Amino acid sequence: MTASIIAPQRLALGLSGVTKTYDGTPPVRALVDVDLSIADGELVTIVGPSGSGKSTLLHIMGTLDRATSGTVTVAGVDVATQPDKNLAAIRSRHIGFVFQQFFLLAGETALDNVADGLLYTGMPLSHRREHARASLDRVGLAHRSSHMATKLSGGERQRVAIARALIGSPSIVLADEPTGNLDSKTGAAIVDLLLSLNADGTTIVVITHDRELAQRFPRQVSILDGRIESDVADSG
Amino acid sequence: MTVEAPAGDTIAPSRLAPADMIRAAGIGLRTRRLRSVLSALGIMIGVGAMVAVLGLSESSKSDLLAQLDQLGTNMLQVRASTGIGLGPGELPGDAPAMITRIAPVEAVAAVADVGSARVYRSDYVPSGQTSGLNVRAVDTNLLSTLQGSMADGVFLDQASPEYPVVVLGSVAADRLGIRSLDTAISVWLGDEWFAVVGILESLDLSPDLDRAALVTVGAAETYLESDLVPSTIYVRMDPSSIDDVRNVMAATVNPENPDQVEVTRPSDALEAREAAESALTNLFLGLGAVALLVGGVGIANVMVISVLERRGEIGLRRALGATRRHISVQFLGESLLLSTIGGIGGVLMGAAVTAAYATYRGWEVLVPAVAIVGGIAAALVIGAVAGLYPAMRAARVSPTEALRTL
Ligand SMILES: Nc1ncnc2c1ncn2[C@@H]1O[C@H](COP(=O)(O)OP(=O)(O)O)[C@@H](O)[C@H]1O
Ligand SMILES: [Mg+2]
Repeated sequence: MTASIIAPQRLALGLSGVTKTYDGTPPVRALVDVDLSIADGELVTIVGPSGSGKSTLLHIMGTLDRATSGTVTVAGVDVATQPDKNLAAIRSRHIGFVFQQFFLLAGETALDNVADGLLYTGMPLSHRREHARASLDRVGLAHRSSHMATKLSGGERQRVAIARALIGSPSIVLADEPTGNLDSKTGAAIVDLLLSLNADGTTIVVITHDRELAQRFPRQVSILDGRIESDVADSG
Repeated sequence: MTVEAPAGDTIAPSRLAPADMIRAAGIGLRTRRLRSVLSALGIMIGVGAMVAVLGLSESSKSDLLAQLDQLGTNMLQVRASTGIGLGPGELPGDAPAMITRIAPVEAVAAVADVGSARVYRSDYVPSGQTSGLNVRAVDTNLLSTLQGSMADGVFLDQASPEYPVVVLGSVAADRLGIRSLDTAISVWLGDEWFAVVGILESLDLSPDLDRAALVTVGAAETYLESDLVPSTIYVRMDPSSIDDVRNVMAATVNPENPDQVEVTRPSDALEAREAAESALTNLFLGLGAVALLVGGVGIANVMVISVLERRGEIGLRRALGATRRHISVQFLGESLLLSTIGGIGGVLMGAAVTAAYATYRGWEVLVPAVAIVGGIAAALVIGAVAGLYPAMRAARVSPTEALRTL
């Protein structure tokens, strides 16, 4: 089974028969038999209404949560066989996250927030800051590097968060509703940024409930009630 | 980027550099300064109290030791016992001469009550207003025997024993309103004007003489009362023989009724005072420890709230690759930082209080190293204990739930 996932060349992330059930009365089946492969260099959007299981899927792809059953392969590793500390290690080097709420640290500058993307690799701060400068430059915020996170606009905060996700050149960037807290113009600019980063080779998964926004991405995976409804790639 | 990702057991582990660990522990303090300072205050007060108590007790002890050193512990005080059925309490008239014969004795100074005489600022003062002062006839070597010193003027001397002069104890001078001898002053003593030639500093080894007017035996016999009997005798001796002398003293002074003689060592009273103070020190130390505990509870409380408020940050850090251990170490570190700040602040506060009070009392300022090290160590222990539970809670926060919040 594992072989069939790893078989396609340059696989960034693979899910096969993934189910997630939250315990409770009654139990919630948040994901049902999900198969999904994301190749290196792809830009995929996962679109579905609220409560359809998008965030659950993103957490499982990002090793923040474990599937109830099925196989998840990240960076060539079968996640189910790994202890928590190895999953943390995978996150520290191979996965970048972007969230709707940005999650910047209020007491730090934009530069240091970006540098935190490498915090748990053990790299010394001076090196991390060097990488952070380059990463901030990639999202067009080099001029804001010494500003405190709290002094930035929403769009700028999300760019800082994206720079933080990019800093370690991860195998994949996972973004959960990255435009959810932004006005449509700013959100569109963030989508532009993600498209251009992907054009430079970064593998990105973007979650959204916005079907219109989803149209801007080359591959759209629709999800409803925890099941994948469709998986459409634009032809060009 | 290729698919040849590492096999499971070759994944480089998440690591947090020590410098980053400290930085992470400090982030809560930087973003919530006021709250941090307030939560460290309890520890600061606890440590401050303990350091101040230890510092003051050490400073006062060193002052006492210096005082004992200067006054000497080789002096005995001999008195008639004044217990039930022991009569008026007089020593035999030849007691000083007898004591002088004990070999190791170096100096003997006798004091006799001049019971009939009172001292007044002038002859107009009604005779009832004695100000609680009394008159004593003393040997001229009393000052050196008691290691006393003069606040003003000179002590009595043998040159003119019959001349009506008086030396006032410190309290006596104060009560008579005599502060200096820049101008010639006389006091009405018995039925005679006595010239005041000296004022004593307080006598640490014989505080009751502070309330007395001292005259020579000759003057007392000439002007006041003829048959003087010694009431108190101060005896200096070779320090190594003090126990031997003490053992034979009563029998030497009053061979018939040695049980009517009371022999004490005045320096013991000073040492007893020190012991009483150290009991008080223990009480205050206990209060300091309670303040420290309350401070620890305060920190734990603030930390628990902080963990609840910072779930988003915890979720983010887990997403960035932090292990549970990294999270718990961060919050434990924050608690330790808070308590260390409190501890250092407390040591500074305690040292400042010690310095201020000791300087005010004229003591040498001593803050014992054990108080400084112990204060900070106690703060660290409290901080570690206070941070343990919040750190565990922080580590247990589910990253997915934390990231769903807001
Ligand atoms: N910890 C949980 N316990 C129980 N049910 C949960 C939990 N987290 C999410 N769910 C449920 O799982 C379903 C999918 O949630 P989610 O993945 O957040 O959807 P989406 O991100 O698409 O809005 C929802 O019905 C939600 O209520
Ligand atoms: Mg969601």
